[in-house]
Formats: sequence, structure tokens, C-alpha cells
Amino acid sequence: MRSFLPAYDLQAPRSLAEALALLEREPGVWKPFAGGTDLMVLFEAGALPQRKFLGLWHLSELRDIEVAADAVTLGALATYTQILGNATLQREFPLLCQAARETGGVATQNRGTLGGNIANASPAADSPPALLVYDAELELVAARRSRWVSYQGFHTAYKQMDLRPEELIGRIRLPRSGKSWKQYYRKVGTRKAQAISKVCFAGLAEVEGGTVRDIRIALGSVAPTVIRCVKTEAVLKGQKIGAAALDAAKAALAEEISPIDDFRSTARYRLRVAQNLLGDFLLQLNASTLKNDWKRHATYERFDRLP
Amino acid sequence: MPDAVAKTTVTCTVNGKQRTLRVYPMARLLDVLREEWQLTGTKEGCGEGECGACSVLIDGELVNSCLVPVLQVEGAEITTIEGVADGDRLHAVQEAFISSGGAQCGICTPGMILAAVNLLERVPDPGEAEIRTGLAGNLCRCTGYTKIFAAVVRACQRTQAKA
Repeated sequence: MRSFLPAYDLQAPRSLAEALALLEREPGVWKPFAGGTDLMVLFEAGALPQRKFLGLWHLSELRDIEVAADAVTLGALATYTQILGNATLQREFPLLCQAARETGGVATQNRGTLGGNIANASPAADSPPALLVYDAELELVAARRSRWVSYQGFHTAYKQMDLRPEELIGRIRLPRSGKSWKQYYRKVGTRKAQAISKVCFAGLAEVEGGTVRDIRIALGSVAPTVIRCVKTEAVLKGQKIGAAALDAAKAALAEEISPIDDFRSTARYRLRVAQNLLGDFLLQLNASTLKNDWKRHATYERFDRLP
Repeated sequence: MPDAVAKTTVTCTVNGKQRTLRVYPMARLLDVLREEWQLTGTKEGCGEGECGACSVLIDGELVNSCLVPVLQVEGAEITTIEGVADGDRLHAVQEAFISSGGAQCGICTPGMILAAVNLLERVPDPGEAEIRTGLAGNLCRCTGYTKIFAAVVRACQRTQAKA
């Protein structure tokens, strides 16, 4: 049932300082409200638990994308459209851009914000896996004291975060590693636009002579939070890319993720797809030299049968 | 009944005309357009940002008006389907939708036209992939999209012939 409109308050502070002062004065009372692309859906469905919202949309302090020598820092209100329009992000952080491109359609990308995607804390969000592999850091701003935290570990349980009632996500910092990563992103959903993920996979790897020097893997929609798969990474680090490494990594991944059945997909499907995406990622890392090895591998038999 | 919050005053420009309204801050822009200002060209499809039937332009950007609380358009310039034509002269995209058979039942058409108008403003000569991306958030259950894409192609040919 629709929400009863007069019962819902939305305030629009004119500055970040004013917003933070209100949160400090009445902690836990006001729910931050950015682009509204998720909250308005819940509102219309009568499923919003909160009644008081702190509108952030007009806070220009949190909208810019700044490029410095060592990092790109995005204001929490940077929209997906802004992300897609930034040349440095396109060049060095293509996984974030791909996540932005595959979130909703143009209208959603114009309104959806990176900070909103993080604070909404859905395990099925599309930008967090990219943020995790890029070792993103979050600035949590408050009236009195602000702090920087690593994004890895920020989501502590399903829809829970290390965010105090008087804090807002201010900025998201992506360190420019200077490494020549091979980068991989794949969102699996019912269609390319508008759909919410069944499984989302982001990977970075540094490969030398067929051996994995460094690797980072993160997934969405397969655990209570988006998850950086450090055990799977450890299994692959220093290994020659091949069927043996893939089998070991798939086993580690199965231990590390905990997909469930829900209205969007099933646990079994999600596990299989997550493992196949891992295989596809490794294949992209070293397709040419290990072709024959792959051909013997069950995961890729079906590719050979494709016309 | 829960306590009612105070109404607030919102001022914005709609299709070139300044409007002011006393309204609950979480009212959906969609409802305000249709029920307060009688701009019923904007349609409600899904009401959850999936279908694009309620698309309008805010400061030149395409949005789903069902997902925008009215407080967010304070000071903004809004264009709805009623503001696309220049008086009695239809926009090239509107002409093309008529001549290509791009409209059938009509529920998706206003949003589809605004998405197409917005696409051509950003990308004057879009390729097929760009047209598909530009209209990906707008669902049509009648046409099968082919005639809609044809209409966008025709509109951009006409716009370029004029330029």
C-alpha cells in the first residue's frame, strides 16, 4: 500500500554544515536521502521504516570528482552520469564506469549517486565490488570529527555499516596504483539495463609470464554484504594460470561466499555463475598460451560447442 | 493517524512557466505534475523507476518523475511532454514517431519521446547502440521497439537536414 504522504518529512539543508549540525543535534532521527532511486521505490510501496529524511541532493560540496596525482576523490553525491563522463575514471577505473553504465538506465544514472549506492548497503549493489577491488577509502564526515576508513570492512552485516548516526559519507577516494592491472567486470542479471544483479563480479590482476603476481576479486549478490574474496585471491597468488589453479580457486570461492535463494535467483545458480565468472576472468588473463589446457576443462567445453 | 508534517513551498519552472505550490515535501513530482498542474501527458507505469513512462527533464537531464520528491525540484527547470512542441509545431521527434508508427497504445510514448529528445541533445547523430542505450530505461509493450528506433533515426536525419 502507498505511504501516507503527510506522515513523511523531508528537509533540505542548504549546506553540508547545516546538514551535519542537524544530525549532531538529533542523531538517529534523520535518514539521509540522496538521489532517491531506491528510497522512493520503498516509499511508494509503503515499505519505508523511517519517517524523517534529510535531503542531500542540493549539497554542492559533495558533488565534485577531483583528480589528484595519487588518487581520484569522488563526492558522495557524484552521479553515475558524472562518473561516466570523467576521462580519468574511464581510463584507470573502468570497472566503476562499467558498473555505472549497467546500473538502471539513463534516468537512474542521472539521479543515482555513488554515496547512495554505498549507504543503501544492498549486497546486490553494482558499484561496491568495483570499489572493493580498487581499495577505496571513505571519508565519514560529522559536525565535530571526520574520519577516513577503508571501504573493505565498512559493511559489517546485512544492511549494517560502520557509520555513526551523526555521520554522512562525504567522499570516496580511489588510490591511483599505477599498476598495469588487467581488469574484469561482469554483471549477470535478467537484462543489461534496469535489472538488479543475480551475481556481480569485479577482478583486477597483475600477470607476468602466465603467473598471477597480484590479484583482487570482489563479488556482489552472493553474501550478506558485497564481499572481497581474500581467500580465493590467496589461492591464486603466485600460481600459473591453468586448470589446476582454477579448480583450487573455485573450491576456495565456494567456501568464501554464501549465496541464498531469493526472488531474483537461487543459491545453486549463483554459486555456479560465480565460479564460472572466476573461470572467465582467469581465461581473459591468459587466453592464448593456455588454450589447450582450457579446452580440457569442463567449464569451457560449452564454449567450444557454440557456433 | 500519524502526525502530519507541515507543507512546504516549492517554486520551479515548468515548460517555461514559473509555478509555486504548497505541498508535502515527499510528494512525487509525477503526482504534482498530474494532479496539481493538470499536466497529465506524463504517465505512471510502474511507479518504481523501471519503465520510464513518467520520464521528464529536470535541468535538461532525463529523470523518472515517480522517483523524485517534489522538494528536490526547488529552483529547477522542468520539461514535460507538454513542453516539447513549439506551440502547434511538433518537435522533429514527435513528427517522426507519427510518421514511423512509433506510437501504439501511447502510455510509453511521452516518456519515450522525452528520452529520445534528451538523447539527441546529448548525441546529435547516435548509432544504433547509442539509441538502444538512450532508450534502455523506457519500456514499450506494443511496438517491439523497431518502429521507435526507426522514429529516432528519422528524427535525427530530419534535424541534420535542417542544420
